Amino acid sequence: MKAAVVVFPGSNREQDVIRALRVGTGHEPVKIWHADADLPAGTDLVVLPGGFSYGDYLRCGAIAGRARIMDAVRAHAARGGLVLGICNGFQILVESGLLPGILMRNAQLRFLCKMQHLKVERTDTAFTRAYAPGQVIEVAVAHGEGNYEADEETIRRLEGDGRVAFRYCDAAGLVGPETNPNGSTHSIAGIYSEKLNVLGMMPHPENLIEDLVGGTDGLGLFRSLSAA
Amino acid sequence: MIPNAVAITPELVAEHGLKPDEYQRILDLIGRVPTLTELGIFSAMWNEHCSYKSSRLHLKTLPTSAPWVIQGPGENAGVIDIGDGMACVFKMESHNHPSYIEPYQGATTGVGGILRDVFTMGARPIAALNALRFGSPDHPKTRHLVAGVVAGIGGYGNSFGVPTVGGQTGFHTRYDGNILVNAMAVGIAKADEIFYAKATGVGNPIVYLGSKTGRDGIHGASMASAAFDDKSEEKRPTVQVGDPFAEKLLLEACLELMQTGSVIAIQDMGAAGLTCSAVEMGAKGDLGVELHLENVPCREEGMSAYEMMLSESQERMLMVLDPAKEKQAEAIFRKWGLDFAVIGYTTDTLRFVVKHHGEVMADLPIKELGDEAPIYDRPHIQNEFPPAIPAESVKAPLSTAEALVKLVGSPDLCSKRWIWEQYDHLILGNTVQKPGGDAAVVRVLDGPKGLAMTCDVTPRYCEADPVEGGKQAVAEAWRNITAVGGLPLAVTDNLNFGNPERPHVMGQFVGCIRGIGEACRALDFPIVSGNVSLYNETNGVGILPTPSIGGVGILDDVKVHASLAFKAAGEAVILVGETKGHIGQSVWLRDVCGREEGAPPPVDLAVEKRNGDFVRALIKARRVTTVHDLSDGGLAVGLAEMAMAGRIGAKIAAPAGASAAHGYWFGEDQARYLLAAAPAEAERIVAEAKAAGVPAVVIGTTGGDALTLGDEAPISIEKLRRAHEDWLPGYMAGPDAVVAA
Repeated sequence: MKAAVVVFPGSNREQDVIRALRVGTGHEPVKIWHADADLPAGTDLVVLPGGFSYGDYLRCGAIAGRARIMDAVRAHAARGGLVLGICNGFQILVESGLLPGILMRNAQLRFLCKMQHLKVERTDTAFTRAYAPGQVIEVAVAHGEGNYEADEETIRRLEGDGRVAFRYCDAAGLVGPETNPNGSTHSIAGIYSEKLNVLGMMPHPENLIEDLVGGTDGLGLFRSLSAA
Repeated sequence: MIPNAVAITPELVAEHGLKPDEYQRILDLIGRVPTLTELGIFSAMWNEHCSYKSSRLHLKTLPTSAPWVIQGPGENAGVIDIGDGMACVFKMESHNHPSYIEPYQGATTGVGGILRDVFTMGARPIAALNALRFGSPDHPKTRHLVAGVVAGIGGYGNSFGVPTVGGQTGFHTRYDGNILVNAMAVGIAKADEIFYAKATGVGNPIVYLGSKTGRDGIHGASMASAAFDDKSEEKRPTVQVGDPFAEKLLLEACLELMQTGSVIAIQDMGAAGLTCSAVEMGAKGDLGVELHLENVPCREEGMSAYEMMLSESQERMLMVLDPAKEKQAEAIFRKWGLDFAVIGYTTDTLRFVVKHHGEVMADLPIKELGDEAPIYDRPHIQNEFPPAIPAESVKAPLSTAEALVKLVGSPDLCSKRWIWEQYDHLILGNTVQKPGGDAAVVRVLDGPKGLAMTCDVTPRYCEADPVEGGKQAVAEAWRNITAVGGLPLAVTDNLNFGNPERPHVMGQFVGCIRGIGEACRALDFPIVSGNVSLYNETNGVGILPTPSIGGVGILDDVKVHASLAFKAAGEAVILVGETKGHIGQSVWLRDVCGREEGAPPPVDLAVEKRNGDFVRALIKARRVTTVHDLSDGGLAVGLAEMAMAGRIGAKIAAPAGASAAHGYWFGEDQARYLLAAAPAEAERIVAEAKAAGVPAVVIGTTGGDALTLGDEAPISIEKLRRAHEDWLPGYMAGPDAVVAA
């Protein structure tokens, strides 16, 4: 499994996801600079890490979505290569056209960092096969703009095609307004592309890989990817 | 453009915050009338904020050395050895005045400044903390200030990418006109790769790095050196604007540059900007400095020498570079999209020469700019000590249970979740204990070591008795680090006081310093960095004396740490330390009885050390499951916090003695801890404590979903939690929200 982590100016969780990839897949990923033109030959997985690329001063992810490396990432995805965007990475994926919809400001208009339960919606993808069907995991959220919105038709298609990857819920797996931390439509925390090879998600599985630091519920995602 | 050749009138001198005798000192020093730029430079170097002219004399009495101290006060931040070739670099600094005027930007630039202090030394920041004081919740501005400051701290730290892991927030009417925003940053570096401000070598390039210079923040440091009045809001243009994105790039570029071996000296441009940083680099290296201001990257056209020298635009650095590696250094900064400009050279003249398009705008003796700054031994008087208040003399207006519910839901003791959930406290993946505990615990890199860190002070104690209050602030920080299993190593202090020209305020300052010094000496807890913020006064009313103590400690194996949540039912609860029922200055007396009175609890430093060392050894041997230090609200509040955190109740016996029950439950006697352990282990611990001369007694057992204190009716954990968690979100939702609901 060969992973490349793209670093944009303002990325700040690249070391977190590099550590998670190392622990979860047993392979050391490589860092790629945003101004590069190409991905390393043989890249299986591209990761767009969390952070505040370009300060999030325009729309979150808008400038990074147009960075030079993103042409290579789009080509990689079109070939069926795996792409994982976490938090700011998810925002970059929607801005780059790789995923539909948009991340709006949190409904309560504040940045929110806390532990949050997620329902793993399906376990037959490259990202989630190490999880058990119906599993509820607890990972961290840390964002100010994670409120997922899309037009009705897009939401209908995402739901109908099984492209919702994770949903905010409580410890028992119940989904509802009181367990939705940011106002996302249908409590959506992450979505797949049509071919299920691109995943964008707001929560941070990369920060939940050890019992000493909050738990290991995020490890399943990286273990799943180790087979890629 | 402001011309340099303007007449220096007494009014102009006064506008620069210089007293007539201080101006005379300038005339004597340079033997002529200064130019406008020179007057600006003096005002920047000689204001209270930069020169410590009222405080220096007393700061010198503080202990600053220990075998593990690599760098004490005087550099950008303090540095301590944490073993394995690693060093911890940390400091706390205030941004009080700007945060009151413009809370979001004031707080962001406070965080930005302290992070820059840490990475200037070559360290990567791994944690941030803060100590916040706001006015009374009833004051019309308080909500706005809390919202702005918290959003600002989060806005900067979250984007920069450092976890904000701890702090302290309190409310008191004495901060109505002067809030306190004290930001602390902690970083990690290799012990033999620390960078300093001292320039070396003649003719080496002085390089300007980072963001461009604008007209923001001119006279910011002077503003922070004066008291407020009703027109303070007019000072808004002196507040700088923070850009965490630029700072993140600056961090990465600086650390990359330091790896190349090209950096001879580095100094961040903080208070008084280019002036202070350039003078310090030269003066520390016994070198002169010549600047050519036309090369300074400017955000606006037509900036004068005066403006460039006094701008406090953020996210800027000054370096002296090895000329052989200048090109390599420039390439790194260009890659990160940052400005890089050679703006001057070191000289052998010991003069600070500022030229603009060839014209000399300033030519001053560089050493004297710092060394000859005024120093004052201001008159100080000791206020009368308030009398001790025996617990028996106070009638309890509420039952113990009612008082406890009230206290855990009070502004000072309620959960600060609403605040710390706006801070990314998990980024970097090393947060072992997050906000809400006694001290934060952060793993160092991939371990096995960890650092414990905390910010503490009890201002009402300092007001009532500055010496005991100063001691208590240090003791509580030491105790909080101990309670998580850390060995306390060193302190950064942020001394916030009112107007030092008032003898009773100066008396508070002198008293607190004495107490802090005594405690630091007794606890082997030297001060390695710090900051003084005076003139926290509005319309003649000063703040409570608030010497914030930021403590750092080490855990050799971060896996072996303790937290305050009860872990299991059926465990014995042990109270360590002596409970005399000291009710004076307690939150119970203030918030339940409405009396802010009496002498604060005395601090016996030998007892602190003995009890703390005993508890730390138990944690290290993994013999206790739960540890909490006792402070505000005493035993009852401590128990409630442990029960709420673990969602496990406890049944606690009534006090054996005849002393008033409220003294037992709510007294704030120092040097105390609560522990939980398996019953048989608890018996052994109590026996060992007795042998060691440490007071320890089993007071109850964990279990159930309620806390039962003596003969009182059980209080459900749910009820405590609701009171504890609901106050701050409810308050911040605003008075209108209550009506709407």
